[in-house]
Amino acid sequence: MIIKILLITAALGVAVLVLREKVPRQQEALRRATGLLVVLAGIAAVLWPDLTTKVANAVGVGRGTDLVLYLLVTVFAYAALTTTQRIHRLQHDVTVLTRELALSRPTPPGGGEESIRPEAGSAAGSAATREHS
Amino acid sequence: MSMQDVCVIVPVYNEALTVAKTVSDLLQTFDHVVCVDDGSGDGSVELAQAAGATVLRHVVNQGQGAALRTGFDYVLRHTAASYAVTFDADGQHLVEDARRMVQRARAEAIDVVLASRFTGRTEQMPFARELVLRAAVRFTRMTSRLEVTDTHNGLRVLSRRALQRIDLRMPRMAYASELLDAIVPAGLSYVEEPVTVIYTDYSRAKGQKNSNAFNILFDLAVRRLRAAQ
Repeated sequence: MIIKILLITAALGVAVLVLREKVPRQQEALRRATGLLVVLAGIAAVLWPDLTTKVANAVGVGRGTDLVLYLLVTVFAYAALTTTQRIHRLQHDVTVLTRELALSRPTPPGGGEESIRPEAGSAAGSAATREHS
Repeated sequence: MSMQDVCVIVPVYNEALTVAKTVSDLLQTFDHVVCVDDGSGDGSVELAQAAGATVLRHVVNQGQGAALRTGFDYVLRHTAASYAVTFDADGQHLVEDARRMVQRARAEAIDVVLASRFTGRTEQMPFARELVLRAAVRFTRMTSRLEVTDTHNGLRVLSRRALQRIDLRMPRMAYASELLDAIVPAGLSYVEEPVTVIYTDYSRAKGQKNSNAFNILFDLAVRRLRAAQ
């Protein structure tokens, strides 16, 4: 009985995370719906343990635990892949930012800031420089 | 011949021992030397600056390909230079070779002059390094339709037109292959010039590990897969 409370609490915790994550993408609604569906399925599996076996048999898998394992592997692979892609996107963005930052403030021979963009404002520029030196 | 319309780009990553000499040697021939510091933490920036180079700083290490690209963008946005020279900071190239390559690019109106250590003279190259580099050459000849004899030489001369047409996107060291692959599709003329590469204990310790060839191949394979999609 205690394990049921723990598992359902954990499932609800996942639901909260699914709803809270701020990623403004077009597929976000779909991702959230899928996430909530998984949470609900998890709660159902906790409350009625026989259910997983019934579903497993219906799709041609012997035991409910096997079905859960297959789903786990699939979801994990999907999660790992999307995370990797997101990291690559971030890495690319960081490269773009680093290069633009370097180009926006070249240091001429002998030191000091070259005033290529006087309109950028000297106060903000010098504050940023002080931070790095 | 005047070298006022030439900008030399020196990618720098922790080269405090050699960068000052490299820069001051270059400045005896070229007027404009730009060091792109790729997040060095050893004072290379100050040394390059004191030696007379303009310095661009990547606050985070981004790899040599990104550093060169920053240098190319600098040339295009902030200078009117007709030619850009890429030159390693570790002292393995000769300024005289760079000068000769620029003169040749100008005289023959060539977009890209590549340096080759295999038609030129190479001092003290380790045998394993030679095997890896020659394999890289065979690979490049197969994939990029270029008749070259050396694919990973840091010394190059690129015309302004070449800078505008070549877009480097690869991470780390795979950019060298990417740059070569882009020459033919971009409709650029190219030629190889024999040069001397000096292998010192310093450059051997500091340079690329032979095993990095695997990483380069991996990066290139991923690019092929993405391009095919």
